[in-house]
Amino acid sequence: MIPYLLEIGQALLALLLAPGLVGFIRMVKARLQGRRGAPLWQPYYDLHKLFGKEAVVSRNASWLFRFAPYLIFATTVAVTMLVPLVAAPLPLDAVGDLLTVVYLMLLGTFFLALAGLDPGTAFGGMGASRGMTVAAIAEPTIALAIFGLAVGAGSTNLGQIVAQTLSHPGAVINPGHLLGFAALFIVTLAETGRLPVDNPATHLELTMIHEAMTLEYSGRYLALVEWAAGLKLLVFFSLLANLFLPWGVATALTPGALAIAVIALIVKLALLGLAVALIETRIAKLRLFRVPELLGVSFVLALLSVTSSFLLR
Amino acid sequence: MYLRIIFLGMITAWIVGAIASLVAGKGVIARGGAALGAGIGSAACLLLGVTALVTGQSLTFSLARILPVSGLMLRLDGLGSFFLVIIGLIGLAAAIYGFGYGANYEGRYSLRMAGAMLNLLLLALGLQVMADNALTFLIAWEVMSLSAYWLVLTEHDRAETVRAAVWYIAMTHAGFAALTSMFLLMAGGDLTASFEGMRSNAAALSGGLRNVIFVLALFGFGSKAGIVPLHVWLPMAHPVAPSHVSALMSGVVIKMGIYGLVRVTLDLLGGGPVWWGGVVLGVGALSALLGVLYALMEHDLKRLLAYHSVENIGIILIGIGAGLIFHSYGLTSLAALGFIGGLYHTLNHASFKGLLFLGAGSVLHGAHTRNMEEMGGLIKRMPVTALCFLIGAIAISGLPPLNGFASEWLVFQSLLGGFNIPKPEVAVMMPVAVGMLALTSGLAAACFVKAFGITFLAIPRSHEAEHASESPFSMRAGMAILAFACIALGLAPFLVVPALGRVLAGLGGLPDTHPAFTLELSLATPGGASRVSPALLAVGVLVILGLMPLALRALRANRRLRVSDSWGCGRIGQTPRMEYTATSFAEPLRRVFAELYRPTKELTIDFHPESKYFVQSIEYKSEITPWFEKYVYEPCLWFVRLLAVNVRHLQSGSLHLYLVYVAIALVVLLISARW
Repeated sequence: MIPYLLEIGQALLALLLAPGLVGFIRMVKARLQGRRGAPLWQPYYDLHKLFGKEAVVSRNASWLFRFAPYLIFATTVAVTMLVPLVAAPLPLDAVGDLLTVVYLMLLGTFFLALAGLDPGTAFGGMGASRGMTVAAIAEPTIALAIFGLAVGAGSTNLGQIVAQTLSHPGAVINPGHLLGFAALFIVTLAETGRLPVDNPATHLELTMIHEAMTLEYSGRYLALVEWAAGLKLLVFFSLLANLFLPWGVATALTPGALAIAVIALIVKLALLGLAVALIETRIAKLRLFRVPELLGVSFVLALLSVTSSFLLR
Repeated sequence: MYLRIIFLGMITAWIVGAIASLVAGKGVIARGGAALGAGIGSAACLLLGVTALVTGQSLTFSLARILPVSGLMLRLDGLGSFFLVIIGLIGLAAAIYGFGYGANYEGRYSLRMAGAMLNLLLLALGLQVMADNALTFLIAWEVMSLSAYWLVLTEHDRAETVRAAVWYIAMTHAGFAALTSMFLLMAGGDLTASFEGMRSNAAALSGGLRNVIFVLALFGFGSKAGIVPLHVWLPMAHPVAPSHVSALMSGVVIKMGIYGLVRVTLDLLGGGPVWWGGVVLGVGALSALLGVLYALMEHDLKRLLAYHSVENIGIILIGIGAGLIFHSYGLTSLAALGFIGGLYHTLNHASFKGLLFLGAGSVLHGAHTRNMEEMGGLIKRMPVTALCFLIGAIAISGLPPLNGFASEWLVFQSLLGGFNIPKPEVAVMMPVAVGMLALTSGLAAACFVKAFGITFLAIPRSHEAEHASESPFSMRAGMAILAFACIALGLAPFLVVPALGRVLAGLGGLPDTHPAFTLELSLATPGGASRVSPALLAVGVLVILGLMPLALRALRANRRLRVSDSWGCGRIGQTPRMEYTATSFAEPLRRVFAELYRPTKELTIDFHPESKYFVQSIEYKSEITPWFEKYVYEPCLWFVRLLAVNVRHLQSGSLHLYLVYVAIALVVLLISARW
């Protein structure tokens, strides 16, 4: 019973932390740029405000537009129960592996893109088209990074991968592991709509990807989509943190180990958030048609990672 | 005994259906007769396949006892029963759907021919997978190809249809020639030799001969399955056929290529050297990627789906190729996993592609066009079609929890086993295939966002789309059957996979893997390495979806909803011309893969004669280069034409000259016989 409660607790923790992570990145970015910026908990205020507002829906939109935010949110919450955030292996490990996690999030992107097309505006279509392009081109890198991790662990199940790395700490410094981390980091930037692929801070017409798809959403729908986007960021960060550097993840379900795991998770997320904020301050957005080159680089890194794990086995 | 009765019922129903259609000729009776025969026959076919799979029985049948012919042999084994399930499932849906769809043809095209040929096609398919010697196999193959040819020609008064049918019949006969020579080589010249005999002889054949047989099999079966570069007929022929026939052709007929390839390479030849698997894997990966890339550029809904058939045949062949590679290294449980992934995807592709073609037919029925740029907003006018098409779109994109995900997951898992291969240069093929498979599935998702979004969402782009109406009950029922199959096959891989393990047991020395896959809710690869459970996943997502309204209420979320205009940057009034089109949706990918597409642009601007600041009209044309048509088939056609022109000199029309030819031929024959 307790492991299942832990699953629910883990999902609630993720829900609670996700807006804070977004706020933290924005705050660090503002400081790095010499601004004071909004407080850390501004995203929580925003969500509260959005939930309190009435929703306006385009008269051209169908039921799919109103259903999509619920589905996107539900799939992302389901993903947080599959990913080892604080403990591994969890009882739901057998329900979905790393491939399931990736394809569940692609299901969310699929519906978000359809919702972008539904109101029939030019912006929505533009966002949907670009979003699906980026998602499609990022897909091979993700699959290869999974492959690289699975070669080591002999399984694509997340709990097994974490357990394998914990029992063979030396594997962390082998080239396959490091290259895989670099590849997945680039993909994380693309999948979660960060610079240099997409700019989360802009509503400038020609550069939007994610923001263009959500442009017609308001009220509770927008709140759900934004919250899910924050959750997705958190999931990708925790995959990076806990699959490649699993220390801190509780393997025994004692209160002490769990407390350490929560603190370790927050520290890791903060470090990755800091890195992303630094990158977003240092570099400019790429032109849309340069993005495939960046993703091509990540693909090559992932391929090298897999090949070296093959040869060094 | 049961099997025999079901089998006879199935054959009788199809024959009666064909005759009824021929006799009645037209009207609701002809449509009803054809649909009833095809439907009952297909239901019996489904029942026969499932019963044989569950009980593990086989059935041997000698036609000599009923028909005064010798040399025809039928035998039903596990692999055949599995394909009977595919034929029965899609045949049933297509038959029911065809009853309503055929009403369009009333008075315009021959329902007599369409109904009779539909039943004949199903009959040929059913006998195809039960054939137990080369002669039976080849006859069923040819009947299948010819009846499909007549079905493609149903709308015979369009130039496009005739051209497609000619391409189809030419390609299928090139394949048939390859298959005939393959069987002649394998059976040592005797086409009535049984498959059992070939199986035991196969090991005695020389390595070179086996390689020749394999290449002929790949060409012959590949031309039917539509592998790249033999796929060119497929996007022409499948869209012009009546939609329920398109569903049957894309869902079932091209799968006979897969059936034949597995039957010959794995079962009859008992596997081969590594390069066989490597070639199949390479061809599969290439077909998958090129199929989806060309699909992205299509705006004709049915052509788009036809290109996706090329893609999915590729995914199936990736699984089978990986299986053959593992088989040649003696890694039998991994080999079984690859074959299971490939065959499971065969069943899944049949159900979702059948569903999508039926959906496209329903759109064609409602909006009278196949051009996506003239559609839009159909989700409000055709809600059932839209929902069914959406289910098919999610399934074909390989997204959980539907069936495309389950089989692609298995193919991924078999490729992940690649590190067990001792030779690194072979093992490295596996991650490359993983990358190509992942890119394919990502692009497929993008393509189906386009296909569903442009067709069904937003504002109607034409008058027809604005006044579209939902299809009749029979068509909706046909779609519902396949939509249900997509969901059920996705949620219950734990039932399908052990059955497939049993089907493969014994073929080419594969072990019986069905005990390795447990009948628990979660599906594990052999040895329990990776586990997944789409059913529990679906339950989980549904529970979360159900809890969300409660949670929103607890959060005191505002529940008011106001319907208003879309945000138009301050501009009032929104027209369909402001929407994204299918072309513009695919534009970023067209640019990314410009090296492949080599798009040509043509821009004509018509200025006002007084001033070039006033534009009167703009015409923009853009086309992509059809590589295979241009660089492979055009030289072939050029050569054949050259040959034909030269042969014409022999044909003077003079009787005397022909008599001389006959005399010369006779003398040459006598001399060569004497020799």
